[in-house]
Amino acid sequence: MTVVESPGVHAELGARPLSAAPVRARKRGGARRRVGDVVYGALAVVVFVFSVFPVYWMLNTSFLPNRLIRGSDLHFFPTPDVFTLDNYRTAIFDESRSAFIPALWNSLGVAAITVVVAMALGFVASLALTRFSFKGKRTFIVLILVVQMLPGEALFVSIFRIIDSWQMLNTIIGLSIVNIAAVVPFTIWTLRGFVNGVPAELEEAAMIDGCSRAGAFWRITFPLLAPGLVATGVFALIQAWNEFVIALIIMQRPESMTLPVWLRTFQQATQATNWGAMMAGATLIAVPVVIFFLLVNNKMTGGLVSGAVKG
Amino acid sequence: MTLTTTPVPLARRRRLPVMPWLLLSGSVALLGVMTGYPVVRLLVMSFQEYERAQLMGMPAEWVGLQNYVDVLSDVDGFWTVLLRSVVFMAACVTLTMVLGMLVALLMIRVGKVLRTLVTVGLLFAWAMPTLAGTIVWGWIFDTEYGVVNNLLTRVTGESWMGHSWLLDPLTFFMILTFIIVWGALPFVTFTLYAGLTQIPGEVLEAAELDGANGFQRFRLIQLPFVSSIVTVLVVLSMIWDLRVFTQVFALQGIGGDREQTNTIGVYIYQTGMAQGHYGLAGAIGVIFVFIMLGLSFYYVRRTVREEEL
Repeated sequence: MTVVESPGVHAELGARPLSAAPVRARKRGGARRRVGDVVYGALAVVVFVFSVFPVYWMLNTSFLPNRLIRGSDLHFFPTPDVFTLDNYRTAIFDESRSAFIPALWNSLGVAAITVVVAMALGFVASLALTRFSFKGKRTFIVLILVVQMLPGEALFVSIFRIIDSWQMLNTIIGLSIVNIAAVVPFTIWTLRGFVNGVPAELEEAAMIDGCSRAGAFWRITFPLLAPGLVATGVFALIQAWNEFVIALIIMQRPESMTLPVWLRTFQQATQATNWGAMMAGATLIAVPVVIFFLLVNNKMTGGLVSGAVKG
Repeated sequence: MTLTTTPVPLARRRRLPVMPWLLLSGSVALLGVMTGYPVVRLLVMSFQEYERAQLMGMPAEWVGLQNYVDVLSDVDGFWTVLLRSVVFMAACVTLTMVLGMLVALLMIRVGKVLRTLVTVGLLFAWAMPTLAGTIVWGWIFDTEYGVVNNLLTRVTGESWMGHSWLLDPLTFFMILTFIIVWGALPFVTFTLYAGLTQIPGEVLEAAELDGANGFQRFRLIQLPFVSSIVTVLVVLSMIWDLRVFTQVFALQGIGGDREQTNTIGVYIYQTGMAQGHYGLAGAIGVIFVFIMLGLSFYYVRRTVREEEL
C-alpha cells in the first residue's frame, strides 16, 4: 500500500550528481548559433516561469487584501501599500472553520512518530539486507518493491476497518501506524542503498585494528551514513507531512484533522471560497516542505565515500 | 552509488540467519499487519455482500463472484472510469516524457546560468506538496477571480470572467493534465538530464563532424543511450498517473462533476467510503491491484536484475 513515491528512483537520482555536467567545448560564432542561443534562452525562461508560477502566485495572493484579490485589476506583487497579513490571521484564527493550531500539532505529532519509527525500522532492516547474506533476502527485497506498487486507494476500506477495530480512528497513533507502514519500504530501500555505499572493507579494517564488530560499525560506518540518514529522514518527514489520502478517511473529526485535511475545509459548499486565506493556509503547509526539500536535495545527490577506499 | 554486492566474509556466511531476521522482524510484522492483512481482507470482502450494515456488525454474506459480475457488467460505469483513467494516463505520460526530454536537452544546450535557473524552477515545482499545488492551480483557473480568466479577458477582448474551466469534463481533464505534468516534469527531467550527461562528449562531436544534424544526433546517439532510463520512467509514470488520487479529488472539490471526472482511485473511494458499497469497492480494488502488479512487473524485475540480487 502506498502513498509514497517509488524508492529506487530517489536513490537512482542520488546516484548521479546533477551539477556535474561535462561541459562540452563548443565552437561559438555564426549568426545561426546566436539566434539559437536566444531562442533556447527564452525557452529556459519559459520553463522556469511555468514551474515557479504556482508557488509565486500562491505567495503573492496570500499577502494581498481580499478587495484586491477580488478586484478586476491584477496585482503581481504585494507592494508595501497593499501588503497585508490578514489572510494569515484569518487562516490561523478564524473560528468558523476547524482550527489551525490543533491541526498543526496533529501533523507534527504524526510526522515525528512516523519519521522516528520508520527510520529505526528501515535502518536495522537495511543492515540485515547489506551486511548479511541469508536465505529469503531476495524475496524480501522483491516484496519491498512490490508493496510500493500496491495502490493505497484499493486498500482504503480494509485499512479503515483495521484502524476502526483497534479503536484508533481519529488518533495520532492510528494515522502514524498507517503512515509508517507506507513509508517503511521507502526508507528500507533508500537506506539499503546508502549502507551499500559504505564499503564493508572499512569496517573490516577497523576490526583488524581491534574494534568489535558493533564498535566498528558504530565508529566507522555510522558517521559516514549520517548524510544519507538525514536525507532519508527528511524525505520520510515530507511524505508524512503531505499525506492526505489516509488522513482523509481516518481523521475526520475536526479536532483530529491533519494540516492537509484542514486545508480542504476552506472549501465549503455553503459559502464562497476565501482564496486569500486559502493561499495563506497552503503557504503555511508548503513553505517548510519547500525549504527542507531544497536543503536535502543536495545531500541526496552528493556522493558518499567515493575515494575513501580507492584513495 | 554503484551498488556492487559486498563480499561477505566466510565467518558471517556460515552463521545461522537469526540475526538478519531479527533485524527485519519489525518491518516484517508491520508490513504483514498493515499491508498483507488488508490485501487479504480486500480479497475476502470482494466475495461478500458488504454494505454499511455489515460494517456495523451484521454478518457478511458470501456472494461468490457477484461483485465482480456487477463491476465487469458495468452496473456502475466501471468500464467508462477505467477507459477514462487509461486515456488520461496515456496523455499525461506522453506529455511528461516528451516535455521532460525536451527540457533535459535544453538544459544541456544552454549555459550555466540558464541551467541553474531551470533547475531551481523545477526544484520548486517538485517540492510543492501535491494538495497545495493542486489548490493553487485551482485558484489560478478560478471562475470568477482567476488570473487565467483575467488575462484572457484582457488579451482577447471578450469577457472570460465567469468561465468555468472545471465544469466541462474536457477542460477539467485538461487542467488536471496540466497539474500532473507540472508536478511530474522535474523528476523526469532531472533523471533524463543525469543520463544524457553521461554520454561522452567525443561521441557527439564525432557525429557532428560526420555531418549529423541535431535531430540525427538525438535519434542515433542520445536516445539509444538513455533508452533504458526512458523505459523505467515510462513504467513508473504509468503507475503513478494511473493511481493519481489527490489531484483529482481536490480538483473535484473546487468544482467539477464527480460523476464525469472520476478516475479509478477516486471511483473506489466514492463507491466504498462515500456510498458504502464495500464489497463492490473491494472487487474494483482487487482488479486495480492486479493492473498495478502487471504494470510494475517489468520495473521490479529490472531493478532486481540491475542490483544483482
